[in-house]
Amino acid sequence: MAKSHISMTVNGKKVEELVEPRTLLIHFLREQLQLTGPHIGCETSHCGACTVDLDGKSVKSCTVFAVQANGADIRTIEGMAAADGTLHALQEAFREMHGLQCGFCTPGMITRAYRLLQENKNPTEDEIRVGISGNLCRCTGYQNIVKAIQYAAAKMSGVPFQEAAE
Amino acid sequence: MNDMTPTSAGRAEKLQGMGCKRKRVEDIRFVQGKGNYVDDIKLPGMLYGDFTRSPHAHARVKKIDTTKAAAVPGVVAVITAETLKTVNLAWMPTLAGDVQMVLADGKVLFQNQEVAFVIAEDRYTAADAAELVEVEYEALPCNVDPLKAMSANAPVIREDIKDKKEGAHGPRKHYNHVFNWQAGDKAKADAAFAKADVSIKEMIVYPRVHPCPLETCQCVASFDKIKGELTLWGTFQAPHVIRTVGSLISKIPEHKIHVIAPDIGGGFGNKVGAYPGYICAIVASIVTGRPVKWVEDRIENLSTTAFARDFYMETELAATKDGKVTGLRCYTIADHGAFDACANATKWPAGLFSIISGSYDFPAAHVSVDGVYTNKAPGGVAYRCSFRVTEAAYAIERAMDIMAQKLKMDPAEFRMKNLIRREQFPYTSAFGWVYDSGDYQTAFKKAMETVGYKQLREEQKKRQEAFKRGETRELMGIGVAFFTEIVGAGPSRNCDILGIAMFDSAEIRIHPTGTGICRLGTKSQGQGHETTYAQIIATELGLPADNIMVEEGNTDTAPYGLGTYGSRSTPVSGAATAMACRKIKAKAQMIAAYMLEVHDDDLEWDVDRFRVKGNPERFKTMTELAWAAYHEVPPGMEPGLEAINYYDPPNFTYPFGAYICVMDVDVDTGTSKVRRFYALDDCGTRINPMIIEGQIHGGLTEAFGIAMGQEIHYDEEGNVTTASLMDYFLPTAVETPKWETDWTTTPSPHHPIGAKGVGESPNVGGVPCFSNAVNDAFAFLGSTNIPMPHDNWRTWTAAEKLGLHT
Amino acid sequence: MIPGAFAYHRPTSVKEAVSLLGNLGDDARALAGGHSLIPMMKLRLASPAHLVDLAGVADLMGIREDGRDVVIGVMTTQHEVIASEPLAKKIPILRETSLLIADPQVRYVGTIGGNVANGDPGNDMPAVMICLNATYHVTGKSGDRRIAAREFYQGAYFTALEPGEIVTAIRVPAPAAGHGYAYEKLKRKVGDYATAAAAVVLTMTGGKVASCSIGLTNVAETPLWAEEAGKILIGSALDAATVKKAVAAAEAITSPASDGRGPAAYRTKMAGVMLTRALARAKERASA
Repeated sequence: MAKSHISMTVNGKKVEELVEPRTLLIHFLREQLQLTGPHIGCETSHCGACTVDLDGKSVKSCTVFAVQANGADIRTIEGMAAADGTLHALQEAFREMHGLQCGFCTPGMITRAYRLLQENKNPTEDEIRVGISGNLCRCTGYQNIVKAIQYAAAKMSGVPFQEAAE
Repeated sequence: MNDMTPTSAGRAEKLQGMGCKRKRVEDIRFVQGKGNYVDDIKLPGMLYGDFTRSPHAHARVKKIDTTKAAAVPGVVAVITAETLKTVNLAWMPTLAGDVQMVLADGKVLFQNQEVAFVIAEDRYTAADAAELVEVEYEALPCNVDPLKAMSANAPVIREDIKDKKEGAHGPRKHYNHVFNWQAGDKAKADAAFAKADVSIKEMIVYPRVHPCPLETCQCVASFDKIKGELTLWGTFQAPHVIRTVGSLISKIPEHKIHVIAPDIGGGFGNKVGAYPGYICAIVASIVTGRPVKWVEDRIENLSTTAFARDFYMETELAATKDGKVTGLRCYTIADHGAFDACANATKWPAGLFSIISGSYDFPAAHVSVDGVYTNKAPGGVAYRCSFRVTEAAYAIERAMDIMAQKLKMDPAEFRMKNLIRREQFPYTSAFGWVYDSGDYQTAFKKAMETVGYKQLREEQKKRQEAFKRGETRELMGIGVAFFTEIVGAGPSRNCDILGIAMFDSAEIRIHPTGTGICRLGTKSQGQGHETTYAQIIATELGLPADNIMVEEGNTDTAPYGLGTYGSRSTPVSGAATAMACRKIKAKAQMIAAYMLEVHDDDLEWDVDRFRVKGNPERFKTMTELAWAAYHEVPPGMEPGLEAINYYDPPNFTYPFGAYICVMDVDVDTGTSKVRRFYALDDCGTRINPMIIEGQIHGGLTEAFGIAMGQEIHYDEEGNVTTASLMDYFLPTAVETPKWETDWTTTPSPHHPIGAKGVGESPNVGGVPCFSNAVNDAFAFLGSTNIPMPHDNWRTWTAAEKLGLHT
Repeated sequence: MIPGAFAYHRPTSVKEAVSLLGNLGDDARALAGGHSLIPMMKLRLASPAHLVDLAGVADLMGIREDGRDVVIGVMTTQHEVIASEPLAKKIPILRETSLLIADPQVRYVGTIGGNVANGDPGNDMPAVMICLNATYHVTGKSGDRRIAAREFYQGAYFTALEPGEIVTAIRVPAPAAGHGYAYEKLKRKVGDYATAAAAVVLTMTGGKVASCSIGLTNVAETPLWAEEAGKILIGSALDAATVKKAVAAAEAITSPASDGRGPAAYRTKMAGVMLTRALARAKERASA
């Protein structure tokens, strides 16, 4: 099958590559761009470990062909920290609140949480849980992930973080 | 000493040692997407392998034609059983003393069993070619019902051992029989039942489920023809075992095999044993001379790798009429699938199932387990089970509720009456386990008071009356579980894996500048070992945890260990860590005495230093002593500051807990909602409370999934109907309840730091707690036992049977 | 996990899209959001030799008001449906339904057009469109036509579309101001298809039902319009006895599949329960 030429911006960098039409965006990112942050946890579009931020939308990159993303502006977990290495508030938050254990769902989870907080600066706990319902985690039971997102939301809004009483 | 001198407490805090919520070291790379998982590995010239799998649950393989597949451009080789036979690898030994087909050899025995392995330049080509392998099957009648496995005309699953009357675990009474295993005192138990005031008998079924870690099983095999060395990266919870087993079956000398388990995306027991994918990748690498990567997809993972449970437990309790238990019997049929690949210690084909007497003082008990073959995937021990402890705990906790119901006693009150008492520890159970420590009454009282148990029962009574009056269509259930589990496998007299005793290890080397490295035989898959082992060392040696690097998973550098599963890391390698530290500390003490010109006994330890008794301004910190160890050791002493310990635990450990769940059931849809879940865990000394809490949250969420909707289900033709995440219930953040965690601490007297392990407790105690809650909701209407999973339609059907919809 | 190979086409006009689909015939599939088709391709349950990506066709996007109707371009994502002010004001049941479809990521990409057009009995929008008496604008090589949603669904994955035709827009007549509505969906978890779901749009006058339309999801090979059940309720105050009759009429037209969500008999009963609850919520929302 003849390859297609695509170009897009990934984590602020312009990239140009040849792909088969059937090349999934997740494989394009992981194999051709060496961005192994987003992961593959299923083949039925349920787990969300492959989530990237594409043109301002949270997208499961396993359910998009790279050719469909031609011209897009994509951000992966590797693009979350600042250029000088300062971690994004969410990355700091996940560590502070113990929002990860094996780390496999974490890139997709943080990337989704990033867009969630763009949609809604100050989500309630229920809104957070609905907001991350496209991302499965087997280790944490989500509770500390919710706290991490609340912590990040507070930090990004410049308000002190109040951990809810247990 | 002056105001500037930091206090002991201040210095201790700075160390970030045991007991503090030290932030995790691993997180720094994980939150940046810089973990190093197996599928991240890219080697020059690497090939990709993919399987052609059987659509049939049971069939003869008449012909395999690989021509079309081999002709696809980019395909380098196609391997079948015939290829593997040339290197005697068509079959491989399992951890349970059985053998397993690596690729279909004349027959397939479960749906999706591996038939051919295609190796290609990229994974897309491999996938295309795998579709083109043509296989001619002759379907055979199949059996997926373990209760029918030993009937007279059951299909023969294992023709290879059909006439063998002896198996790895003793005599076989039927061609589909794997083993019989018993424990306890049958005569004593029978006698107790014969004269019992009250007895109950219930078939308690724990359905087949699957651990489903987010990362599937995978490996990269790279055989260097020149050196004759194999390097194998993989999702291995027990890397050294993989190396030893790999050597035994491949005949590559063990010192020429390098096994590396990098970051693992969740294990939960799914990644302990060896899979055909690993063997095929190794053979492919040898044959092609290039590295070969194999990554399974989710459907492959759910339908062919180590499942969990599938226990049919006919459970009986005997009691006096005022509620004292007198006897326990359990006869179990265990579905082992088509090959016995159950990851148990050798002497324990049913794992540690005999913990089934749980937290209760049973004077007499007996269990008998028959393992059987069916046309299902192999496995059985996985999913935070502590070696079948989840099954045992489920049986006893359900049975206690059923007995309480028959006695018309409150389930908590009934338990309290029968809990092993504080004074009875160390307690020898009717099965011979010596529970080292526990204070059950304190824990249970704390749990009940915290949730307001009495008030909950009063509320429940009111709601039951309202239901009967037709004012509400919701039922309230209160689930109680008080579990004791057994972990930390294990003492060499009890436990070995394929002959290797289940000790574990820690090797610690302190560098001249006072930082150090610790390598262990365990392997974290998310449990935070890089963080927690350093905390033990920080407390033991007075060096900041941040200054201790922790490494696991590389078999060339890590001391031999049996890996991480069964909550054994803290009890075994945690102990080894402490013991190795104490050797280092003893040497450091001698150096300090030499430097301070006092006798060893004139020194006392204070957080991070040895100081002269009665003269505390004269001290040497461990950092100073580290330098000294390389600079000026006493005459006759070897330089350096390191130690290794291989720890053979004297006993298992027995974490316990009290869990209480409040559940509201919508009778008209069958949906259940967890209103509250309280979990009190006693894991002895708590190394990192933040990590413990995380383990409890995760384990309870797994338990929730299991109890409320998970099942690896086979239809009558042997088709797996729940092989993808469409149907295998993994709860999202929306379904998952909020968890309240609490604790008591009864340190283990035999463990160097008193720790017991905790990772699996929430699954052990959680599942029966949820199940008891759902059952409790319907109990007042006469329902005795509603089996798991408690998904909507099953709960609704139970309500329908009780006539609640008319 | 890996789809079969295909040729990729990205037309920039409806005309070009229809021409491509017409010429490529059975070997071609239209690609909208792809969140139904691509998962099927990854499992190799669908292996089209050609994909015609509609994402570059501007005429298929957008939501516009046309008199009493709202016309929704098929490439409108669920996310855009949720965010749409006109829809929230005029046809709020669409937003409520959309929020119950899949998960946030799928809603960012999945289109309402894909949801209505591919004939999957598990999709939610079809029953809602039937309930609302929507019309689909269809274009093919023989030109444009309109098909009523109530006549569109013929079987599982079988619609009234001729080969080479695509739905270009969905025309939804806005229900009367003050209408009551609800989409009640029973599912095993977020992201699951309905065990059973009911869409209700009704109007009340003087405390009695003036009009009532009911759609049912995933309890037959096609979405169902429970016409009889709706008729039974007219003139009633949605009293328990009449609702019970309507529920019986709705249950009578179901023929659900037995699957992991439950046996057929259970799912039929759940259609009834969802209808009962949808009616109650619709009543609460209705004025007068």
